[in-house]
Amino acid sequence: MSNDTAPQLFQAREPVFPQRVSGRFRRLKWSLLAITLGIYYATPWIRWDRGPNLPDQAVLIDLAHARFFFFWIEIWPHEFYFIAGLLIMAGLGLFLFTSALGRVWCGYACPQTVWTDLFLLIERWIEGDRNARIKLLRAKLSPRKIRLRLSKWAAWLVISVATGGAWVFYFADAPTLMHHLFTGQAALVAYGTIACLTATTFVFGGFLREQVCTYMCPWPRIQAAMMDEHSLTVAYRNWRGEPRGKMGKAEGDCIDCMACVNVCPQGIDIRDGQQVECITCALCIDACDAMMDKIGRPRGLIDYCALTDEPQERAGQAPKPLWAHVMRLRNFIYFGLWAGIGVGLVVALFVRSDFSVSITPDRNPRFVRLSDGGVRNAYDLKISNQTGDNRRFHISIKTDEALRVKLQGTDEMNITVPADQSLHQRVYIFAKPVYLASRTDSTPVRFWIEDINSGERQHVDSIFAGETK
Amino acid sequence: MSKKHKMADEDYPTTGHEWDGIREYDKPMPRWWLWTFFATIIFSLAYVIAYPAVPLIKGATPGLLGYSSRAQLQRSLDSVALENAEIEQLLLATPLENIAKNPSLVRYASAGGGAVFRTYCAQCHGAGAQGATGYPNLQDDDWLWGGDLAALEQTIQHGIRSDADEDTRYSEMPKFGEFLEEAQIEQLVEYLRQISGQDYLAETSANAEVLFADNCAACHGQNGEGNHEQGAPNLKDALWLYGGDRDALRHSIANARFGVMPAWNTRITPAQIRQVTFYVHQLGGGE
Repeated sequence: MSNDTAPQLFQAREPVFPQRVSGRFRRLKWSLLAITLGIYYATPWIRWDRGPNLPDQAVLIDLAHARFFFFWIEIWPHEFYFIAGLLIMAGLGLFLFTSALGRVWCGYACPQTVWTDLFLLIERWIEGDRNARIKLLRAKLSPRKIRLRLSKWAAWLVISVATGGAWVFYFADAPTLMHHLFTGQAALVAYGTIACLTATTFVFGGFLREQVCTYMCPWPRIQAAMMDEHSLTVAYRNWRGEPRGKMGKAEGDCIDCMACVNVCPQGIDIRDGQQVECITCALCIDACDAMMDKIGRPRGLIDYCALTDEPQERAGQAPKPLWAHVMRLRNFIYFGLWAGIGVGLVVALFVRSDFSVSITPDRNPRFVRLSDGGVRNAYDLKISNQTGDNRRFHISIKTDEALRVKLQGTDEMNITVPADQSLHQRVYIFAKPVYLASRTDSTPVRFWIEDINSGERQHVDSIFAGETK
Repeated sequence: MSKKHKMADEDYPTTGHEWDGIREYDKPMPRWWLWTFFATIIFSLAYVIAYPAVPLIKGATPGLLGYSSRAQLQRSLDSVALENAEIEQLLLATPLENIAKNPSLVRYASAGGGAVFRTYCAQCHGAGAQGATGYPNLQDDDWLWGGDLAALEQTIQHGIRSDADEDTRYSEMPKFGEFLEEAQIEQLVEYLRQISGQDYLAETSANAEVLFADNCAACHGQNGEGNHEQGAPNLKDALWLYGGDRDALRHSIANARFGVMPAWNTRITPAQIRQVTFYVHQLGGGE
């Protein structure tokens, strides 16, 4: 920039018109797109019979009742460590993938990439490939341009509504909610969520596209810190390609056909080297390979490479195989941590009980002196019945002295906890004046809670507070 | 389009800052960012017009939508009242002793009663209803005026020795310091310690039985077992509202003591009285 022109403060987006490309990475990306979108749209509609008292939706986040259902697994709020464990696994998984395969998440699995791919597919169907779209952009407003634009936007909008719509089905019974959505009976928050997600899908997938990755997403910056010289990235072998030029007129293999640039959804030139915009979607590899096949040169001018191989390659030696870059200590450590937490979660899942018990002694007051001179303690006993059947529990205590136990409001020692509910029961323990516990600051008490039918039992420990003179 | 038309990085000016040889480009912001900035300005203008915004001496500009946080609070209070109207009716229509049979009433009464208790009762009876000297402990099993549901409701409605209520519970213990000799009071003190199971001077209490029968038994009962009708405490048990040591007993006999509790029927609603009645009853001492 010359000094006499005023600096530009704001810059319009340079439109990107990715060209159609075919090849192995494109095929892989299409199948991943079909699988991920398929999972996203279909999951809420899978039914799973849990009996009469529980929802029959396989995957359901029931915020109102604070329950998470995943096929045969039901998670209660106090078991949030499962969710925390999954989040830690997701974090470590991203470390692992980034360290081993670079920005593979960005290029293949990120929703922004997947939906942008889908939107681009629609765009190509309606408006044509790269050249036709450039021409359309430059063309004056005409009935044809309006028709093409409107039909493209309409198609995007349908996908966007379906995207936002699918999201809310994870939070309520899908068939009921679908019916309510169409009859206007659904909750305002459902319509609001759909509207928000429709808007973000439409704008992010249709218009913002690569700008989301470049300007909004923090992940490219974090990833830059987690990659090392062994991480796989998409790179241009400039020692093989340069000097570039028309076929037969330059020594390098690159014929400057711009195929890699034309297919890039991020609007960059991979031959300029690694750039923060690059999501390693590998479409330039497909484009370049196809061109190399045509001109009879070997594939791999643009390829997945690791930085450490560059000196050998420049010297004309074969690079290390890609698996050798993946199989290294750092990745094994990540994998070990990741798998360890996974195994821990699975074990925790299988050993957990299907009812849970907690006991809270009254703190204010800690004890009550009674007219016979004895002392009474009160406890809040909470039993969570995490099954779909009503269950009956027997409550007893174990102490050194024969303290008496009683449940508030009943003379029985059995209580029924309804299916899939928690029940609070006030429990009293009495110590007669002759017992040491009535005069001791703190005496251990063990509560036993036993399922009358199955015999399964759990204990919780607490204390009995007496009055010390 | 390709970056061919773009400026090369070297052509961009820098901000002039330099750290360790690292310089910062002065590149243009994306234009959508500028639009977002303008959009927030437009939003804030619209917000100022639509909602209360500009502070004035009294309140603020009302805004076109007429929103007020007080009105919103009132609406949500009203909607809670509306939601609870049905169960409140049921609570008032259900005989006290049958409340415990209906789980939803139990939930409503004990939760609401807890809130009422902490608002109106905790000042004297303590947050945990454990009481204090002179203020009865509502958790224990010793009741002056009766601890069944009906007696509790009566007490809460009309209070104890409450000037404003004709149906209030009323009794007054004479100041025996005006009738009895000091030695007689000492005899009674030791007698009370004897019947309540504390250590006592056998010589002093030996002749107090007649004294007790003449002066105390009318209200406190032949054996000192107390009387709910009079609000006369049980003197045999281990609990003393004003203390069971000799000084406290001496003071109680000579000067008489009695507490006052306001009538609540003019201050809280009948439903609230029912709720707090049930709450107190289920604390553990209810008869």
